Amino acid sequence: MVNPAVEGKTYPETDPYLVGREKIREFAHAVKSTNPNNLDVFAAQAAGYGDVIAAPTFAVVIQERSLATVLADKEADIDFSRVVHGDQRFIHVRAIEAGDELTSILKVSSVKTLGAHSMVTFETQIFDADKDLVCTAISTLVVRGDE
Amino acid sequence: MTHINLAGLEVGQSIGSIEILLTRDSLVRYAGASGDFNPIHYRDDFAASVGLPGVLAHGMLTMGAAIQVVVDWIGDPGRILDYGVRFTKPVVVDPVDGAVLTITGKIGEIDAENSTVRVDISTMFSETAVLGKAQARVRI
Repeated sequence: MVNPAVEGKTYPETDPYLVGREKIREFAHAVKSTNPNNLDVFAAQAAGYGDVIAAPTFAVVIQERSLATVLADKEADIDFSRVVHGDQRFIHVRAIEAGDELTSILKVSSVKTLGAHSMVTFETQIFDADKDLVCTAISTLVVRGDE
Repeated sequence: MTHINLAGLEVGQSIGSIEILLTRDSLVRYAGASGDFNPIHYRDDFAASVGLPGVLAHGMLTMGAAIQVVVDWIGDPGRILDYGVRFTKPVVVDPVDGAVLTITGKIGEIDAENSTVRVDISTMFSETAVLGKAQARVRI
């Protein structure tokens, strides 16, 4: 069971994450992207970007950093070994680019109990070095209870 | 600018189809790239010990691969403004044969005023849909 009292709780901003060009390429290959804007600096620049841009789901890497702070929070009481990913969404203000320095702030937007199971929805806002919003990642985890 | 003309699109129209083979190598590669090292994604003994039918693909790998049908169509991943899925069924990855995902996209909605469309994505594995309500909003 997840502590329902953490609904509405906001976790501290994460340490800045520097988005590396090779990490963008590595992630793009891993999700089977062949798009030049993910892989080729000159192609990305010709398309109007400053450097290669990340694949559309790359923000999960930043989200996970915020999520780690929640999973370590004794008050939330989430047993990670019982967690199943329920749904995921990324709303982008702009694409993530190599060279971006990103921080994230996570809020627990809802905790619902369904029988022995809990459903927790997190909203992670990802900001660049100018504190402009880049992406909002919304994730629901299902925490299985004792059957 | 893209090669796609909004006026030429219709709701229900197909944007294309791709097949993606996920092997155990793909899972290890995704684990490294994403930092998700849960052993259910690469160890048969561990997967069996927690009652799973086999090693599973990361849901986020399936999500990341499925959007490629839209990326291939629009030509620029930076035009994917909003992308969401539900994880409905696991993808069991055979150690020898892997798992083949068949991904198709069709136009779900056209917003001419904002020059965006919604693409509805179907991701099938062994004749079963593995993602639910997979939708992307794309800037044309």
